[in-house]
Amino acid sequence: MTGKHVTFSGLFLAMLKRDMVIAFRHPSDLANPLIFFLVVVSLFPMAITPDPEYLAEIAPGVLWVASLLATLLSLDLIFQSDYQDGTLEQLLLSPQPIYTSVLAKVFSHWLLSGLPLALISPLLAMMLFLPAQAMWTLVLTLLIGTPVMSFIGAVGAALTIGLRKTGLLLSLLVLPLYIPVLIFAASAVHNAALGISVTGHLALLGAMLALSVVLAPLAIAAALRISLGN
Amino acid sequence: MWTWFYRLGSPKWFYDISGRWLPWIACVASILLLTGTVWGLAFAPQDYQQGNSFRIMYIHVPSAFLAQSCYFVMAICGGIGLVWKMKLSDIVAKSCAPIGASFTLLALVTGAIWGKPTWNTWWVWDARLTSMLVLLFLYLGVIALQSAIVDRNQAAKASAVLTLVGLVNIPIIKYSVEWWNTLHQPASFSLISRPAMPMEMWMPLLIMVIGFYCFFAAVLIMRTRVEILEREWRTDWVRSLVKNR
Repeated sequence: MTGKHVTFSGLFLAMLKRDMVIAFRHPSDLANPLIFFLVVVSLFPMAITPDPEYLAEIAPGVLWVASLLATLLSLDLIFQSDYQDGTLEQLLLSPQPIYTSVLAKVFSHWLLSGLPLALISPLLAMMLFLPAQAMWTLVLTLLIGTPVMSFIGAVGAALTIGLRKTGLLLSLLVLPLYIPVLIFAASAVHNAALGISVTGHLALLGAMLALSVVLAPLAIAAALRISLGN
Repeated sequence: MWTWFYRLGSPKWFYDISGRWLPWIACVASILLLTGTVWGLAFAPQDYQQGNSFRIMYIHVPSAFLAQSCYFVMAICGGIGLVWKMKLSDIVAKSCAPIGASFTLLALVTGAIWGKPTWNTWWVWDARLTSMLVLLFLYLGVIALQSAIVDRNQAAKASAVLTLVGLVNIPIIKYSVEWWNTLHQPASFSLISRPAMPMEMWMPLLIMVIGFYCFFAAVLIMRTRVEILEREWRTDWVRSLVKNR
């Protein structure tokens, strides 16, 4: 039996399309991380103070921690349903390189969680009185930072797949690894609010993204092989 | 040439040979720790700025050393286990995690106790303290993953992957945190450069560091031996070992 030759982009796009179709058949899965983001951000003024000046001061950190948690909670969307219906095993068994399919899965996770977060963030930034000059930096850091979080999170999700009570365990594994992204992204937004140049921060975030595009799929593939036990 | 490597993979061989080494290592460790403690706490001169409170350094610095070294040992063993599927290195990697977590906790606690008289606060969000705290989180994550997976083989491999991912992240975390905030004094102990402190202070510290490493080796061997017995209880050699006791 000889399979049809599949190109990198062919496989990538096919995987992406499949994930998108599945995701849009369950719209609530798409909305939940966004609603979570909205609710968590609106908790802070209630818990700390409604004072605009103070809120503007803490806004970069709050927005970034909230989007980090929203990404974290959406991580089980990556592999869980594919694990349950056996698709994941088929992917591992298929002759196509697992690297490509993992890359496509993580990318589609980002399209469904990180990208909407980045797009909705200016609205929430307004609610926290983030200075207008920091708005673009916020969106930009989210655009660069959320895929890094999707990649790192996918490693954790792949390791904990099929275990009972994964929620807390997954956050224990993944959160410490999110710290560098959090530090650079939040301080970039903070600096932008103060009117200081942020190119250095953005470059470092970009470096992290490059590193995770290259390395994370290898770790994810290894973790999937281990978790599915072959 | 590679026979020693293959032999190293046999739990029985390791059990036999480590049984012979263990008393010596434990002996050296206790002598060094005793000498270092007494010398450092009682005889080393006072610090002209910090008075006697600096003496906690004789515990703090070695445990901070070990906290990091232990992670490297765990990562190397995990990597060997992943590549060569060596049972023994899986066992060693598993035994490393709780030891490393304890050393990290010890370094954090002694640091806090030292910080109170020196910086007048138990905790500061300083780069080194924070990266130590993150290291503790990494250890706890590995331990949590170990205990969540029932199948031993799978648990060993999964935590090896996590350890290696953490290893890639450690320098990134270290530098990002350092860049973020620094208050801690730079490392005052190094084996290669000339010591920044007088010889009478440095010598007991050196002894303590070596003593801690020996102690680590002894504890690691002990944990590994127990784990080997637990895993191999069905084999003949373990049964005859137990019978002959």
